[in-house]
Amino acid sequence: MSGAFPILSALIFLPLLAAGMAALIGQVRLLRWWTLISTLAIAGLSLTLYRDFDPSRAGFQFAEQAAWIPFLNVNYTLGLDGISLLMVLLTTLIAPLCVLASWNYIAARVREFMVCLLVMEGAMVGVFCALDFVLFFAFWEAMLIPMALLIGVWGGPRRVYAALKFFIYTMAGSVLLLVAIIALYVQAGTFNIPDLMGRPYSASFQCWVFLAFFVSFAIKVPIFPFHTWLPAAHVEAPTAGSVILASVLLKMGAYGFLRFSLPITPHGTQVFTPYVLWLSVAAILYGGLTALAQTDLKKLVAYSSVGHMGFITLGIFALNAQGIEGAVFQMVNHGITTGALFLCVGMLYERLHTRELDLMAGLGKRMPVFATFLGVFCLSSLAFPGTNSFIGEFLVLSGAFSRSALLVLVAAPGVVAAAAYMLRLLQRVAYGGTHNPDHAAVADLNLREVLTLAPLLLLVLWIGLHPELVAGLLRPSVAHLVQQATQAAALAGR
Amino acid sequence: MTTLAAFLPELVLLLGSLALFVVTLGEGGVALARKVAMGVALAALAAAILSLDQRTLLFDGAYQVDLFSQFLKLVFAAGFVLVLLVGGHLPDIRQDLKPEYFLFLALSLCGLTMLVSSAELITLVVALELSAFPLYLMVPMRREREGQRVQMESAIKYIMFGVAANGVMLFGMSYLYGLGGTTSIAGLAQALRPMAGSPILIAALALTCCGLFYKLALFPFHFWTPDVYQGAAHETAGLIASLPKLGAVAVLVRVVSLAGPDSQALAGLLALLAVASIFYGNLLALGQQDFKRLLGFSGIAHAGYALIGFVAMDQAGYAAALYYLTGYLLMVLACFAVIFLVSGEGANVRIEDLAGLHRRSPLLALTLLVGVFALAGIPPFVGFMGKFALLKAALHKGHLWLVVLAVLNAALAVYYYLRVVREACFRESSDQPPIALSWPSRLLCLLLIAGILGLGIAPGAVLDTLAASLSP
Repeated sequence: MSGAFPILSALIFLPLLAAGMAALIGQVRLLRWWTLISTLAIAGLSLTLYRDFDPSRAGFQFAEQAAWIPFLNVNYTLGLDGISLLMVLLTTLIAPLCVLASWNYIAARVREFMVCLLVMEGAMVGVFCALDFVLFFAFWEAMLIPMALLIGVWGGPRRVYAALKFFIYTMAGSVLLLVAIIALYVQAGTFNIPDLMGRPYSASFQCWVFLAFFVSFAIKVPIFPFHTWLPAAHVEAPTAGSVILASVLLKMGAYGFLRFSLPITPHGTQVFTPYVLWLSVAAILYGGLTALAQTDLKKLVAYSSVGHMGFITLGIFALNAQGIEGAVFQMVNHGITTGALFLCVGMLYERLHTRELDLMAGLGKRMPVFATFLGVFCLSSLAFPGTNSFIGEFLVLSGAFSRSALLVLVAAPGVVAAAAYMLRLLQRVAYGGTHNPDHAAVADLNLREVLTLAPLLLLVLWIGLHPELVAGLLRPSVAHLVQQATQAAALAGR
Repeated sequence: MTTLAAFLPELVLLLGSLALFVVTLGEGGVALARKVAMGVALAALAAAILSLDQRTLLFDGAYQVDLFSQFLKLVFAAGFVLVLLVGGHLPDIRQDLKPEYFLFLALSLCGLTMLVSSAELITLVVALELSAFPLYLMVPMRREREGQRVQMESAIKYIMFGVAANGVMLFGMSYLYGLGGTTSIAGLAQALRPMAGSPILIAALALTCCGLFYKLALFPFHFWTPDVYQGAAHETAGLIASLPKLGAVAVLVRVVSLAGPDSQALAGLLALLAVASIFYGNLLALGQQDFKRLLGFSGIAHAGYALIGFVAMDQAGYAAALYYLTGYLLMVLACFAVIFLVSGEGANVRIEDLAGLHRRSPLLALTLLVGVFALAGIPPFVGFMGKFALLKAALHKGHLWLVVLAVLNAALAVYYYLRVVREACFRESSDQPPIALSWPSRLLCLLLIAGILGLGIAPGAVLDTLAASLSP
């Protein structure tokens, strides 16, 4: 253990401190380097978490506690288990890549952009570390401001619409979460998340709280049919915004289900599980079929996210160890792979100023390095064996299968569709048809861009060939979670 | 000597008003008057800090100096400084009336500081009128010009509604006196205890509250609000929107606690008014084009939120309501500071006029962003903590439906707040010149941002002080 050093607080507040410093820097070049170096330093610091984390224990580690607002009985409580550790690492890894991806793309108001990015990072780490429900909610909501600004100020042509839709949708979803938090407090007398778990709340109370949780998290995930904000936001956001949205923000909804819905309201979870499972299957099919019809590269990746997130909720609500483990796996994998795909889309957009698939045909000839990267990420996205997503998707499907074979049977076309749209994308961009647009002036990736994609490529293959890297961290936490979700449900059911 | 120390803030304000009166007689003009007013405000702030730990009863028990009153006096004095900073050199007040404007401002503040110490009904009415009448006069002091003639109409509306509401309040007080046989609030609390829950007491209290609801701009006593906000000069509207509301809530704490801790009838009535106010304010704000009118309607909704604390009828609720209004003062002043600095000449600001503000002045855009997101109740700003404290207090007492309706309205309200953000941050302006800020304006913006953020992140001290001051 790292002793008394409050490492989680450091990970939350160092980005904010860096943002404060960035606000004072006037020179654009210096600003980019400052943000890059500070996010790299934070990523390096977060790696000590990986080193010091004891994977054999299921409880929360690196705990910090301090009184925050005694009058309201709100405390500043932080801690990590295996699931949130992975999410924190994902967040701190993605942040420097976002800075690299915005190096030349963001030319106007660089300072404000970097400040937003850093504030965003601090808030996201806060969401995953918070063990006090009010603290969690504060980070959860505070995050909306920098994210909406990232979309609304630096986004594409319909950015204003996308930013407002994103903000209103997410904010409207979480208002009932606040009521649920206070209602839980009235019942249990604490805002401490671990203390709220495993209490004998009445069956109807659990159902209501579950529904309040569900609306909030389902919008964030997003679960079909709450997904309509996602294509707009993903498509209009600048590359860094899309990557943050896809890699981290979407995970927060799934994280919410794992951290709150399952352990706090196990009975409610049991009651509503069938509906959520079928919505997940609907999302898989809908996301797959819609992605198949897209001609806009960014929209294609955005709709593929809807399908992938469907797999994640399918795994979570399979309510067995395999399914949940697979879901957490997929959360990490989707963060890596879809983040990488959005980075690729951004790189093409910087060169061609279009996202139309037809206008990109045959780029592989001019950009062999890029085509290699894109090829691996596409294969990872369709869960090709040997890449990271294979193991996750397999676990999810086998977990879901042991719950209901019919579910998996119905979801199967979604898996096929994923292969179809990803291979179509790869075929078009890498090879093209007989008459391709003229790309003579297009240059291949430069060193900065290679460095942006290389860490993700490394992780795709590393996790794909050595899944224990992730699985080892989360097994005890998942086992504990499954126990909480099933045992307490049996208690309430009696 | 202790009497003098306990009465110090009021004394400073009274003497300051007198000095300002002398200034208005001479030829010193606006610059001198402004300096004197600022001096009075700073002296009042210092006096409020000095007398913070005074505890005594003055004037035969009519005037109570305790932590509650002294803390609120401190807030008022700080608010006075901020209001003066927002108003600057009063560009939109008639040239010949500017010194008098400062005089009335100081007098109104004097009334407010006396209001929170009033422990007796007659004193309370006198203080309330002392704070209200200068405001009635300040509204029509706005400069007359082409396309800006609404100030007289709004001033008359303000007075008429004010006088009517006061009449109703006095009528209610007459019942309280009839029931309790005394005008001292402490005496009334004792005398009325056996009657807790009786219809006549509820009626008397409800009528007494009317005058305060009017100050607070609560539905259905809100009709003056949008018109006065729009008609009055920015500096006046900023004042009316902030400090008197806190004063009204402070007095409301004393009046509502007369009903006893568990008066279901009064709680129901207050809940009804709160919900009606929140819905009415938010729904009408959705369609507004004038930024000040929008703030007026949103103010009606915020008054409803503050009332949620009174529905709980306990210390936690009252402390939350006072904390919320303290925060509201900063949030709404941030918005008015931006309006004031954007308009320059004093013309009303439509929401489209904010377009491209981020280019014209990044600091103003940031101030507006913080103020508006705080009003919308987004953490980490004070608006969120305030709402959270209020909702927690209300849900603790089992008012689930009230809480659910209130949070649904927060989602509704976010739309019109985002409209402001959209114009200020997302839209580009059409060749509007940049806005140059003087250093006091910069300081004001930074102070307001720091206050909104600080009160939101570390509300512990304020909430604890308020709770301690409310404990019997």
